[in-house]
Amino acid sequence: MTYITKPRIDLPGQSTNKIGLLRRDYEGVLSTLCAGCGHDSITAAIVQAFWELSIPPEKVVKLSGIGCSSKTPAYFISGAHGFNSVHGRMPSVATGALAGNRDLVCIGVSGDGDSLSIGFGQFGHAVRRNINMLYIIENNGVYGLTKGQFSASADKGSKAKRGEINQWKNIDSVSTAISMGGSFAARSFSGDREQLVTLIKAGVMHPGCAILDVVSPCVTFNDHLGSTKSYLYTRDHYHPALETDFVAPANEITTSYAEGESTVVELHDGSKLLLKKADSGYDATNRSKVLRYLEQQRARGEVVTGLLFINAELPEMHLIYGTSKTAMKDLRFDKLNPGSLALAELQSRMR
Amino acid sequence: MKPTNTNNPNHFHKVVDCQWACPAHTDVPEYIRKIAQGDFTQAYMLNRESNIFPGILGRVCDRPCEPACRRGRTNQKPVAICRLKRVAADHRGDISAHMPIIPKNKNGKRVALIGAGCASLAVANDLMPIGYECTIFEALKEPGGLMRSNIPSFRLPANVLNEEINAIVDMGADLRLNHPIESMKSLLAEGYDAVFVGTGAPKGKELKLPGREEATANIHIGITWLESVAFGHLDAIGKRVLIIGVGNTAMDCCRTSLRLGAKDVKVMARKPRDFFKASDWELEDAEEENVEIIVNHSPKEFVLEDGRLVGMKFEQVEYDIEYGRIVNQWTTGEIVVPCDDVILAIGQENAFPWIERDLGMEFDQWEVPVVDETTFESTLPGVFFGGDSAFGPKNIIWAVEHGHQAAISIHRHCQGKALTERLPVLMNLGSRKMGMHEWSFSNDFDPAARRKMEHVELDQRFKDLTTEVELGFTAEQAQQEVERCLNCDIQTVFFDSLCIECDACLDICPTQCLTITTNADKGDLFGQLRAPRREPEQPLYVSEPLKQTTRVMVKDENLCLHCSLCAERCPTAAWDMQKSGFEFPRAIDHNGTS
Ligand SMILES: Cc1cc2nc3c(=O)[nH]c(=O)nc-3n(C[C@H](O)[C@H](O)[C@H](O)COP(=O)(O)OP(=O)(O)OC[C@H]3O[C@@H](n4cnc5c(N)ncnc54)[C@H](O)[C@@H]3O)c2cc1C
Ligand SMILES: Cc1ncc(C[n+]2csc(CCOP(=O)(O)OP(=O)(O)O)c2C)c(N)n1
Ligand code: SF4
Ligand code: SF4
Ligand code: SF4
Ligand SMILES: [Mg+2]
Repeated sequence: MTYITKPRIDLPGQSTNKIGLLRRDYEGVLSTLCAGCGHDSITAAIVQAFWELSIPPEKVVKLSGIGCSSKTPAYFISGAHGFNSVHGRMPSVATGALAGNRDLVCIGVSGDGDSLSIGFGQFGHAVRRNINMLYIIENNGVYGLTKGQFSASADKGSKAKRGEINQWKNIDSVSTAISMGGSFAARSFSGDREQLVTLIKAGVMHPGCAILDVVSPCVTFNDHLGSTKSYLYTRDHYHPALETDFVAPANEITTSYAEGESTVVELHDGSKLLLKKADSGYDATNRSKVLRYLEQQRARGEVVTGLLFINAELPEMHLIYGTSKTAMKDLRFDKLNPGSLALAELQSRMR
Repeated sequence: MKPTNTNNPNHFHKVVDCQWACPAHTDVPEYIRKIAQGDFTQAYMLNRESNIFPGILGRVCDRPCEPACRRGRTNQKPVAICRLKRVAADHRGDISAHMPIIPKNKNGKRVALIGAGCASLAVANDLMPIGYECTIFEALKEPGGLMRSNIPSFRLPANVLNEEINAIVDMGADLRLNHPIESMKSLLAEGYDAVFVGTGAPKGKELKLPGREEATANIHIGITWLESVAFGHLDAIGKRVLIIGVGNTAMDCCRTSLRLGAKDVKVMARKPRDFFKASDWELEDAEEENVEIIVNHSPKEFVLEDGRLVGMKFEQVEYDIEYGRIVNQWTTGEIVVPCDDVILAIGQENAFPWIERDLGMEFDQWEVPVVDETTFESTLPGVFFGGDSAFGPKNIIWAVEHGHQAAISIHRHCQGKALTERLPVLMNLGSRKMGMHEWSFSNDFDPAARRKMEHVELDQRFKDLTTEVELGFTAEQAQQEVERCLNCDIQTVFFDSLCIECDACLDICPTQCLTITTNADKGDLFGQLRAPRREPEQPLYVSEPLKQTTRVMVKDENLCLHCSLCAERCPTAAWDMQKSGFEFPRAIDHNGTS
């Protein structure tokens, strides 16, 4: 936590994005998290990704629940809309926000406690409805904000700061999302900025609910020996299953890739995801194979990262509901609200 | 790249841009801090340790520190370092208790100093406290050299000059005024243990053009003319004056003319403005007084009528300039500019007619003695040079630094020790951490703009020669200006074994000067830096391999604001803010060393 503000100074030759904004225009207020918290790194990656994507801040809605992780939307994109909901209820608010304005770019930031304990049901239905949002779970294996109790993502056998051993099997958000029929499930690490920025971009552009679980060490309560969510443990067991390149709509894929070793996934807006397999035979589009692979690696204690599963063809909420293509907030008032006569007529049809 | 050796004092010294740029390495950030604390006396003494003349230099220093100031690289004007020196001098208390103690019992060594300019005075300042007997021979009737005879008193008041010169003479130097040395041979015969030549570069350059001899009554050599004005031999000049040349001497000549009754003063420059030798602030001050600066005019001839100067003929020249260099030039016409007087200010030269050439002292092809750049000794052992006399005209602060170095040499020479085995610069570092978010320095970045120095109204300025133009900073101005200092002497010191590579410092750094990356050779590593490396001369720090990933922490010092946010954000205190102090050995420190 820092008391002086980060100075804003104009440096010679600083670069702007396509809409003329500086990187710092995507920053928020100064973080009040513990110094060294992985969540701050994720914030920096979000700033970087949104700046590089040139998304106008006023087109963004940032939502969260409760937790240190859920505090972070305050620390990026000051110019965005935002809502800090009650514990575990971020997906409900996201559903409502997108129902009202489907043109928003929606990013939800949650924690392993927020999403896998109190908000587990909400998490499941966000995935199931395939709400068009980037859903980040900042995963540190503990309830950071309430001083470090084990969360549902803590591995069985891992040790708390004061010595007790976790007795419960962990809930893995990635395999849960895939088995619930999700369309996008990825894992990353707050300490791998390059991969994280790419996955954030992919998740933002993915037309559906993109679950991005990011291992994000809690320096204060879960960065000791015996923890499986520390910087050191994560680095020692780090295993990228595949590399992802994000290629913006107008650009060509320039990197050469061997046939069979890579897959190209085209998104609806024309941007492409180039998935390069690190583990031979890995197929991020084959649900059952991915689940088997994840189970295998879990037994080995590896932290598998990358865009682990994607199906860009699954319909998102608005498509399933068949709602108007025009955002509700842009509908003419008489269309949106045809008046009490029309309501009475509708009701009479139901009698 | 190899890990940076931060034990070499040069690494952190270079980070303190101003101190590095100052020829005498004045501890700028620390004296600014003292001013901020209201301790003007200590601020003054800290200056005096390095530059000897804080009051004088706080007005007229060439200030190489200011273009070097870090502020300048963040799209702002440099801190008014020089003006703050004057603040310290103007507000200091009695310094007598802080001055070096002069031993009653002398060490038995006698040194002759020729010329009472700043170079000789600096030597005396360093040698008197060790017990030397210093005799200063000065041709003029007052001490101070060009500071007295050439720098006009509207820039440098006599009382400031007297006070700081007296502080040295009062250490017990034997000052012999009106005493030109006319023969080096006879001086050497007097058996001094060492001789220091601080006679400056006393010869103003001539401009041999048609009409020069005939019109001589109204053609003046700049430095001689300024001297005559300074000593009251001259108190008038014609209404229309042309100054030839556009260096700092020209600026003093034109402004002095205005104070002697001239109404129309033009400075005639051969080349375009980018090629001017004068400092920007001197040009600005002259132009503020409505001096006209005319570019691209090359002097051809003095024009006379009835044996009297009536004007000067110039060739009008055009230039082709590529990348700051003249690649082609041609004449477009001629013009006669009418005038009553012409002042030549086109440079100075060394001249040593009084040094016999059969003393075993080597002279170079320009008839200038060969002088060692480190020891300041000539090829005649025991005879030293410094200031303008050593390597041609420079400025006061360089002359002072030459004096410090020559004093070390003289002291070693008198002890019979090798001149080249001088003590190294020492560095110490001390943490400035006070608590969780507390540092014992003013680390919060202040975006304020440079304060503007107020000047005496134009109509008040010209009534005499001695009204000082600059008013000095008000208390409020000084208070604001000190906060602009970025504390470059509070270093970011990295402890690689503590770093857990959480990136917190990288993300908080407002100027992106930190990078954690895989080590590589220079070119590749530079390519990976988060902010492009714009200033190749600025220090770069590369850590040892980090524990968790063997990557390295790299810091480009160029844009660091010394805001300490990296150190505040680091969970393991792998970054600390530590004050660097440098000790520059003086003659007195060379006591009893081998
Ligand atoms: C017009 C003008 C303006 C300047 N303005 C500035 C400025 O604003 N800031 C700045 O930093 N620098 C300025 N300078 C340069 C600066 O004055 C000199 O670099 C500096 O004074 C050099 O000091 P010095 O001790 O080497 O020699 P000097 O100051 O030249 O002193 C030499 C002394 O030796 C005496 N002397 C010479 N020969 C003999 C002899 N044979 N016997 C006895 N005595 C002798 C001379 O009379 C003189 O007093 C200016 C120079 C000029 C000409
Ligand atoms: C309804 C409700 N129940 C419990 C709490 C207490 N509480 C606050 S934060 C938190 C857990 C947060 O954990 P996580 O989402 O992992 O966030 P972290 O702080 O670890 O980033 C809990 C249980 C609460 N604020 N509201
Ligand atoms: S308690 Fe843990 S999760 Fe919360 S801010 Fe501190 S380090 Fe981050
Ligand atoms: S002090 Fe640290 S955070 Fe501040 S500019 Fe320098 S490196 Fe960056
Ligand atoms: S904040 Fe400290 S621990 Fe984190 S990367 Fe920087 S130096 Fe290393
Ligand atoms: Mg948590």
